[in-house]
Amino acid sequence: MSAIPVSPVAEAWHLPSRGRVGMLSLITGETAIFTIFVVAYVFYIGKSLSGPTPQQVLDIPIFNTICLLSSSVTIWLAERQIERGKMRAFAAWWALTIALGVVFIVGTGLEWHKLIYVDGLTIRTNLFGTTFYSLVGLHATHVVVGLIGLSLILLFTLTGHVREEHAERIQVFALYWHFVDAVWVVVFTVVYIVGR
Amino acid sequence: MADQTLPIAGTLDVTPRERSQAMLLEWLHGWVVTVDHKRLGILYVVYAIFFLLVAGAEALAIRIQLAWPGNHFLSPQVYNRLFTMHGTTMVFLVGMPILFGFANYLVPLMIGARDMAFPRLNAFSFWLTAFGGLLLYYSFIGGFGLYGMGSAPDVGWFAYAPLTAKAFSPGHATDYWALALIVSGFGTLGTAINIIATTLSMRCRGMTLLRMPLFVWLMLVVSALTLVTITPLTAAQIMLVIDRYLGGHFFDTQAGGSAMVWIHFFWIFGHPEVYVLVMPAFGIASEIIPVFSRKAIFGYPAMVAASVGIAFVSLGVWAHHMFTVGMTSVGNTFFVLSTMLVGIPTGIKLFNWLATIWGGKIRFAAPMLFSIGFLFQFLIAGLTGIMLSVAPWDWQLHNSYFVVAHFHYVLVGGIVFMIFAGIYYWYPKVTGRLLSETLGKWHFWLFLIGFHITFDTMHFVGFLGMPRSIYTYEPDRGWNHLNFVISVGGMIQGIAVLIFAGNLVDSYFRGKKAGSDPWDAWTLEWSTQSPPPSYNFAADPVVRSRRPLWDLKHPDDPDWKYEA
Amino acid sequence: MIREQSARAIRLVSMPLLCVASAIARQAAWADGPQSSPSIFAPASTPASSILGLSLFVLAITGGIFVTVGGLLAWAIIRYRAREDDDGSEPVQIYGSTQVELAWTVIPILIVVVLFLTTARIIFAVQDAPKPRAALDVTVVGHQYWWEFRYPKLGIVTANELHVPVSNAHDPKPTYLHLLSADVDHSFWVPQLAGKTDLIPNHPNETWIDPLHTGLYVGQCAQFCGVEHAKMLLRVYVETPEQFAVWVREQQQPGMQEASVAAGRHIFETEACTNCHRIAGTAAAGTFGPDLTHLMSRATIASGAAPNTPENLRSWIEDPDHLKPGALMPAMQLNDEQVNQLVAYLSTLH
Repeated sequence: MSAIPVSPVAEAWHLPSRGRVGMLSLITGETAIFTIFVVAYVFYIGKSLSGPTPQQVLDIPIFNTICLLSSSVTIWLAERQIERGKMRAFAAWWALTIALGVVFIVGTGLEWHKLIYVDGLTIRTNLFGTTFYSLVGLHATHVVVGLIGLSLILLFTLTGHVREEHAERIQVFALYWHFVDAVWVVVFTVVYIVGR
Repeated sequence: MADQTLPIAGTLDVTPRERSQAMLLEWLHGWVVTVDHKRLGILYVVYAIFFLLVAGAEALAIRIQLAWPGNHFLSPQVYNRLFTMHGTTMVFLVGMPILFGFANYLVPLMIGARDMAFPRLNAFSFWLTAFGGLLLYYSFIGGFGLYGMGSAPDVGWFAYAPLTAKAFSPGHATDYWALALIVSGFGTLGTAINIIATTLSMRCRGMTLLRMPLFVWLMLVVSALTLVTITPLTAAQIMLVIDRYLGGHFFDTQAGGSAMVWIHFFWIFGHPEVYVLVMPAFGIASEIIPVFSRKAIFGYPAMVAASVGIAFVSLGVWAHHMFTVGMTSVGNTFFVLSTMLVGIPTGIKLFNWLATIWGGKIRFAAPMLFSIGFLFQFLIAGLTGIMLSVAPWDWQLHNSYFVVAHFHYVLVGGIVFMIFAGIYYWYPKVTGRLLSETLGKWHFWLFLIGFHITFDTMHFVGFLGMPRSIYTYEPDRGWNHLNFVISVGGMIQGIAVLIFAGNLVDSYFRGKKAGSDPWDAWTLEWSTQSPPPSYNFAADPVVRSRRPLWDLKHPDDPDWKYEA
Repeated sequence: MIREQSARAIRLVSMPLLCVASAIARQAAWADGPQSSPSIFAPASTPASSILGLSLFVLAITGGIFVTVGGLLAWAIIRYRAREDDDGSEPVQIYGSTQVELAWTVIPILIVVVLFLTTARIIFAVQDAPKPRAALDVTVVGHQYWWEFRYPKLGIVTANELHVPVSNAHDPKPTYLHLLSADVDHSFWVPQLAGKTDLIPNHPNETWIDPLHTGLYVGQCAQFCGVEHAKMLLRVYVETPEQFAVWVREQQQPGMQEASVAAGRHIFETEACTNCHRIAGTAAAGTFGPDLTHLMSRATIASGAAPNTPENLRSWIEDPDHLKPGALMPAMQLNDEQVNQLVAYLSTLH
């Protein structure tokens, strides 16, 4: 017999949104990857046999950090705008988020340029070099991926394809961006404060 | 009559053309672009069965080489590649795909959903996994390639550093290992995310979390565990690639790096991974054993709690693979305790299955035969696991054939037996036809006998001091006869698996028609047609208990009267 | 003392299993001869014996669990099978029982407590055993695919075959092994003498053996280390104090310098052998390969891959891949006369 069970049920039926669950699951997995790189970084602090030390070559990237963390605020503001259907304000805050993210990446690039060409620190120089470029690079890669996504969304917004009803999807994507910023807090602390 | 789609005017191309060629291409195209969870589930399972045969052949080659001492059937180089590929294939290209394939097919059906939460991600994840597997096997031909020596990876499936450093593993063999698994790892991650989102967000009306079938619960727990299990391996493999290609020093002991870091990271992945592999088997057992005992599962809430408990505790036991690397006595003692503790919820599950059978009316069809084999074998495997958790004893048993026997007891005696059980159970739902019960019994008894001949004996050759990963052994150590016996058992298992493969193919064309509910079962997948239509359910189901079909079949005595 | 009481209790529980174990041990028993089965049930040293005692206790408990649960399972599938004349009705549905769940949670916890405490005791007893003053120190360096043994206080360097003095309960003279690696991970495992301990580069480890009976004990590398991991064999000669003293004296001598084999020694010193090998008292001081000063004092070559005979020596020098394919020693491309002279020279290195 193949009758589908249909029993009378009085209670309301609310399930969490699949986008949110999916993104939080992705964030959990990514957290695990970052944890392993952070553990390696912390374990190898002070264990390099040669070459420049963090104290010698690392400058604390205050400006970069402010930019990146502010971008979490701007994206939050953007989310509030699209919830209310204010698409132009949304696009403005969204673009600002991208700009702040780009500043961060450019800043990272400048920092690396100095480390490589002035200080002679590469990924193969010593343990510090290996763990530094791997951890910061892994984070930077995630920022770049986020920027690509953010840019695509901006493009779709400017062509009118993103509307108020997509607010929830925007929030799901913003979760990723907030995650990237949160990871930076950890990386920054470990690399520029604890590790120095 | 069940599978006809509604004719929609204007969308059917009725241009006459060469029928057979067009049909074949269309058929193939349909399978390549599908996002239907049922088709993807079948793709995963077929893919896994193919690699089961490949890795099985690798195992038989290994056993021929070891059947007597001083054998020259395989050179040490080829032998080392074969045992590396056997392990890597079985874990990543058989175990993971087949279990996630089962989940893909069954989870939406069991929760009354139309598909998985993210169908396109589902397809993408499958093809990533498939590509990873092909990349791994390309190493057999591509490795010798343009840049000099190499071939399939030969560093063991655990790939300890610094053996995997460029200095000790020149060529590309190790790179195939790392890259193929990184790629297929992303596929696994995608499927895990999909299963979690599906389970939490797509259940039909009335199906609270505590009314989900236990198989769905186990897949939810397994998927969550996968998120934090596969990712450490991915991270460690990225580090390995950085070492090998960018001159990094993560595992470079001459630059202050640590071989221990690889060992820790690998087993932080490796131990929970075996729970990722075994818990779906627990889920299958929790579906089959009640139906064939004609009783509800005993202690459903305890089973859920035990599964979650196992997942959590399994994250804290990894260093029981490292009792011999030179941890402190305190460190060793901690991991002895955590490992023994994980045995408690595992034992609880076993006892609950026993209590389910107790007082029932057992039908010994093929799914139940394999499930009973699983129960005995998993009991033994758990007990040899306790033996290995006793660190001082592990100082003798580690890296010996006793360990090989233990984990094959879990993987084959536990998981493979339940995979067979699951295939006999759900094949009728997937294809609309029953597998041959006669061939099933031949398969079961031959495989059971072969399994025990091989793996019971293997424990003893471990007691006699035979280490693993060796292509040959000294003739004067008392290992000769035992190894020959082990090899014979392997051949018997091979024959049994061939019978099984034959059964799968033959029954597809000539099997007895199954109908929607051949086993008189109680979960939602049995309420729709066999095979289910592409949309799964004509109307969204609404449930009131853990066994919605029991409620329908027993309207005077439904489950919801007794469930908390 | 509580310790003795619990030790006695353990022995009592493990009595029946001793029969099984000694049967296996007897089958695998070694005599005073060179060939023996390295069974973990035939310990000849204190750490191995401690492990055996604990393992028999654990075997007894797990055996009991197996008999109980397995028995219940077997009983259930027989007693509750569907009969042919079944009326098709469903049996009574029982959904659970909190008391039963509690019972089979608490009992395993108690078993775990017992197992854990007995295990912890042995971990500390073996790993943290205080080192007696009379202990012999040996540094073991693992290589792909051979063992280097150094006795720092005795000035001895040798390879592949370890000689140690026998110890006894009243006046222990254990040998402490300091474990290092020159390349990849290895593991030192001689089952009858102790559990295995790994040799990990940049991570020194320590282990100890306390052999109570003289004789030859065999083992091999137990951590996959590359192509010829299977032939990285171990031979440990446990000797009386007198035998050991004789061996030490011989090993401390520089290499024999017989004039009749000067041609062979010349080949050794000029044909790149010195790149890898050392012979004390000559110009050869290579460290990549085994020290050959007292090559003839060893029963095997290539870390146990073949008996130490002139034929095997010749074969090894001509092409090591013949005896041990993948060994890191290259074929030396010498002609027959050179090989003959070399073998003649090496055969004098007692």
